[in-house]
Amino acid sequence: MIRLDELRTALSAVTDQAWLADAVASVAVDPAAVELRFAEAARRGGRAELSVAPRWSADEAVRTLLLAALPVAETSTWAQNLYWHGDAGEKRAVLKALALLPVGDECLVLLHDAIRSNDPRLLTAALGPFARRLDQAMWRQAVLKCVFMAVPLNQVEDLARRADSELGRMLSDVAEERAAADRKMPDDALELLASIESSINLEACDAHF
Amino acid sequence: MRIFDPHIHMTSRTTDDYVRMADAGVRAVVEPAFWLGQPRTNVGSFVDYFDSLVGWEPYRASQFGVRHHATIALNPKEANDPRCRDVLDVLPRYLDKDGVVAVGEIGYDSMTSEEDSAFEAQLNLAITHGLPALVHTPHRDKVRGIRRSLAVIGASGIDSGRVVIDHLNEVTVELVRNSGCWLGFSIYPETKMSPARMVELMRRYGTDRVLINSAADWGHSDPLLTRATGEAMLTSGFGDDDVDRVLWRNPMEFYGQSGRLDLTGAGGTGLPFAGNSIRRGGSR
Ligand SMILES: [Zn+2]
Repeated sequence: MIRLDELRTALSAVTDQAWLADAVASVAVDPAAVELRFAEAARRGGRAELSVAPRWSADEAVRTLLLAALPVAETSTWAQNLYWHGDAGEKRAVLKALALLPVGDECLVLLHDAIRSNDPRLLTAALGPFARRLDQAMWRQAVLKCVFMAVPLNQVEDLARRADSELGRMLSDVAEERAAADRKMPDDALELLASIESSINLEACDAHF
Repeated sequence: MRIFDPHIHMTSRTTDDYVRMADAGVRAVVEPAFWLGQPRTNVGSFVDYFDSLVGWEPYRASQFGVRHHATIALNPKEANDPRCRDVLDVLPRYLDKDGVVAVGEIGYDSMTSEEDSAFEAQLNLAITHGLPALVHTPHRDKVRGIRRSLAVIGASGIDSGRVVIDHLNEVTVELVRNSGCWLGFSIYPETKMSPARMVELMRRYGTDRVLINSAADWGHSDPLLTRATGEAMLTSGFGDDDVDRVLWRNPMEFYGQSGRLDLTGAGGTGLPFAGNSIRRGGSR
C-alpha cells in the first residue's frame, strides 16, 4: 500500500509546491478551508498520472494530503462531508484516501455508496485497501459488479486471498448466462474462476485423504 | 466539423442522442441547470440535480467521447417558489467545482421582484467565484425582459464580456450587440431561430461573440441543429473557418474565461472500459 510520504514525493515534480504547502498549512489551521481547497485541487495541483505511484493522479494525491492535514478528531467527519458534497473526482479521491487516514468503519457507508453507483471510477476506488473492512457478501457483490462493468480485476485489492467458493459459484452463474447469450466473459474473470475452482479441488483432495 | 454545443440539457436526452451527436461532430457540451418541466418542491431536489450535473452526466457523456461541463444556478421560474429560494444557499459550493464553467441559467421569466433579487444575487456569485454568467431571456415580453436584464447586469459590475444573453432573434440582437455581452442563439425545429434565419443574421452581423446552441431539452427540440446550422453556413458561402469559429472556438473562448474548461478527450473514443454498461445497456 502506498504511503503518504511517497505521495508527497511523487507530487514534487508535478504540483506547484508553494501552492501545495499553503493549502496544506491552511487546512491544518482552519479545517473549513478544506472545502474550497479540495474542490480546486485538480485545477491548481494538476491531473497528471504519477509515474512513481501507480494508479494515482496528482489531484487524488493532493486531495489525500489535504485530508491527512486535517486535525485527527475532524478527519472522519470531513472525509464524509467532502464525499457527499463532492463531484466524481472528489468522491474518488476520498475513497482512495480512506486507507491512509485515521478513520474507521463509520466511513464504510461511502464505500457502499460507491459500489451502488454505476460509475467504474468510483467502483474501482472503493475496492482498494480500505475494502478489507467490507463484509464478504458486499465485497463479492462488488467484484461481480466489476465483471459486469468490464472493470479490470487487477484493480481489486487482495483479490486472490479473499476470493472464496461462493464467489466462484456466482462467477460460474455469470459464465453460464453469458454463454446462453453468446457473449464473452472477460478473460480475467475466467482466470479468477479457474483459480477458485482449482483451490476448491485441492481442498476437496485434502479432505479426502 | 467539430461542434461545441454551449447550451443543451442532456439530462433530458437519451443515449441515442449522444450517439447521433458524436457522429455529427459534437465533441463538447455545456449543460445549464434549468427547470425540469415538473416543479420541484424542496432544496434536496436541486441538490440531486446539481450532483448529477457534476457526477453522472459527465461520465455518461464521456462514454460517447463528448466532454461535458455544466452551469449551475437557481432558474428564474423556480426563483419565484418560496420552497426553492434556499437553493441560493447551496450554490457557492457547486460554483467551486471543476466541471462548472458559469453561473446559469439566470435572468427573467415573469419579471417579478423575486426574480430581480435572485438574478442580482447570482450575478454577484459569478463575480466572487470568477465565473461567466449565462442569462436566459423570457419567452413573453422578451424585449422588455432583455432591457431589464441588461440594466441589472450593468449595475452588478460584472464585465459584459463575461455574460451571454441567450435565446436572441432578429428583433433582439441589436439591443444586446451594443451592450458588449455575448449573443446566444437557440436553433429550434419550430419556434425561436431556424438555421436559415441564423445564417441571415450572421451575414448581417458577423460571427463575433456569437454562440449557437440547440438548447435541446425535454420539449420539441433537436440536438443536431447546431450541425444543420454549420451546413447551412457552408452552402450559403461561409467558409470552414467561419463555421469552426462559431461552432467551436467561440464557445471555447466564452467558457474558457472560467479557467476550468478542460477539453481533454473531446472527440476521443470515450470507453475507458471496453464493455461498459451504458453503451451496451447492461447492469443497473
Ligand atoms: Zn436552457
